[in-house]
Amino acid sequence: MNETYFRIQRHGDTTTIISLGDWTLQHEPAIRKALYAIDLNQNIIWDFSNVESFDSVGMLLFITFYQQSKKKASIELVGYTQDQKRLYKLVLAHYTKESIPSRDKNILYRIGELTISSYLQFLAFLEFLGHVTASFLRYFVNPRNFRYKEIMYHIQQSGMNAIFIVALTSFLVGLVISYQSAVELAKFGADIFIVDMASISITRELGPMITAIVVAGRSGSAYTAQIGAMKITEEISAMRTMGFDPYYFLVLPRIIALMISLPLLIFFADVMGILGSAFAANMELNISYTQFFERLQEVLDSKHFYIGLIKGPIFAMLIAMIGCFRGFEVSDDTESIGSQTTASVVNSIFFVIAFDALFSVILTQWGI
Amino acid sequence: MRVIEAIDIGTRFGSTVIHDKVNMHIDQGEIYGILGESGSGKSLLMKEMIMLQKPSSGDMRVLEYTLSSIKYPQMQALRQQWGVLFQFGALFSSLTVAENIKLQLKEYTNISDAMCNEIVKTKISMSGLPTRAGALYPSELSGGMIKRAALARALAMDPKLLFLDEPTSGLDPIGARNFDKLIMELRDLLGITVVMITHDLDSIYSIVDRFCVLADKHVVAEGSITEVLDSTHPFIERFFKNEYAQKRLNIGVKNV
Ligand SMILES: Nc1ncnc2c1ncn2[C@@H]1O[C@H](COP(=O)(O)OP(=O)(O)OP(=O)(O)O)[C@@H](O)[C@H]1O
Ligand SMILES: [Mg+2]
Repeated sequence: MNETYFRIQRHGDTTTIISLGDWTLQHEPAIRKALYAIDLNQNIIWDFSNVESFDSVGMLLFITFYQQSKKKASIELVGYTQDQKRLYKLVLAHYTKESIPSRDKNILYRIGELTISSYLQFLAFLEFLGHVTASFLRYFVNPRNFRYKEIMYHIQQSGMNAIFIVALTSFLVGLVISYQSAVELAKFGADIFIVDMASISITRELGPMITAIVVAGRSGSAYTAQIGAMKITEEISAMRTMGFDPYYFLVLPRIIALMISLPLLIFFADVMGILGSAFAANMELNISYTQFFERLQEVLDSKHFYIGLIKGPIFAMLIAMIGCFRGFEVSDDTESIGSQTTASVVNSIFFVIAFDALFSVILTQWGI
Repeated sequence: MRVIEAIDIGTRFGSTVIHDKVNMHIDQGEIYGILGESGSGKSLLMKEMIMLQKPSSGDMRVLEYTLSSIKYPQMQALRQQWGVLFQFGALFSSLTVAENIKLQLKEYTNISDAMCNEIVKTKISMSGLPTRAGALYPSELSGGMIKRAALARALAMDPKLLFLDEPTSGLDPIGARNFDKLIMELRDLLGITVVMITHDLDSIYSIVDRFCVLADKHVVAEGSITEVLDSTHPFIERFFKNEYAQKRLNIGVKNV
């Protein structure tokens, strides 16, 4: 028998348990194992005079064991100090049979919860839309409410500061698509058509799309995280109580700023994408820059450029609204900032692509 | 034996000096108070003791370690010997109260799940919360309940050293006195050393053994209440020698 934590002496039908050593947290698993191995069907004298230290966990272990075995055997406790007795009383006073209710839910409950919460979220989004529209209209009734400073700040943050990454991304995309198609076009001797293909696809589709995706990743996520954090720290509640409508102060400036900056960024992306494509054409097909841009003037109808540009404010509205809405959906724990930010980026990219597809279909139907 | 010793601690943020040559020490088994006006650097001093903030100069000794030259494994060992209650609770918001308390037990010991639950329930009840509060998330708690849950978490590992940043602020007076009683009892029975930042006169009179007063970037007085009251520093005059505090002191002294 292991004698680290207690020694057992048997006299007739009386067992004496002499506790030894440290009855503390770190020793609990070992003590428990040894303790529950004792055969108890007799009279027991439990001697504590040799215990070196007790902490609340050691005491709790003793109490749970004692409560159980009291029913089977008669136990007499001896040799304890006054402090041990006080600790016993303290822990016993807080020992409870009541269990902590479980927060686990079964699968059906979770499916139901998810369904209802999706529905409620949809309603919440409608409410959000209503608020945004109403605040927007009130802006015009009372232009004094217009937050120029905030709008400027967000143009700086989401527009100006995104120029470099948007430029780089679209330059690379322009370069890659031209580079890849150059090989195929060369097979048909249709080298110069690279200009038609690249310029139309970039201005009409790729430029707006790349810009929107970069901005959704950069600014949409930032909007969610900012507003979400403000919600957790109750800054939004504080604003409300002071009469600062969060739609005026937080949502509209972001939406308006993005609606202004996104078309400008798209223009920039178009330029850089075409430069990238000219560069690839020059490298791969030996089309000179003069040739490339002369051809560009001939084939690139301005409507493609305008169609690309007009998508800007619409994508911007989608991204900013989803970003802000997701921010307000953050509940009280930090984890939800993470999940809402993810949802914000995923949703806005999805809606950007979906709207882009819708545009394509409608415009083709109209023959534009 | 000295459990904590601050040696010429200096703390600066840029050109703002918070502490200038702060010296104090805390003995084994003592309930030690840190007092001072808002912004006098009490929380900061405590953060320097628990290695959340490096002092700009001077040195801190905690248990047998010197913090300026401590190695990572020793840091981890040290961190398992103390419990900390933060001024604003700092509970993990994605975990329930019970999970918050259980976290370290699961990580650092081999205690069975059933026993962990028993420990958690005991700690919840000790800190003055009903058992069912264990299932709540921090966002579902009131301010006072957060304090209690944070205390329960600080006590989870039966630490040798307990750091409490304003434990009784935000509690109702009866709750605050029970809190004091619990701290005292734990100190007596488990021999833990308690460091508490407090503005609560009742705690200072009834449970704190020794305390220091931070003002003007220095420790302007250190010792038992009678020793500190001998000082004539303006902050001490203001804090203890006003009418309200005097009344409390008289009552406090009579009761002792
Ligand atoms: N990271 C930081 N940068 C600059 N200054 C800081 C920083 N952290 C704390 N301070 C300053 O240090 C001072 C002390 O702060 P501390 O939180 O320790 O105050 P305190 O004594 O605990 O006050 P209270 O009683 O209000 O809790 C404050 O004036 C604060 O402005
Ligand atoms: Mg503080």
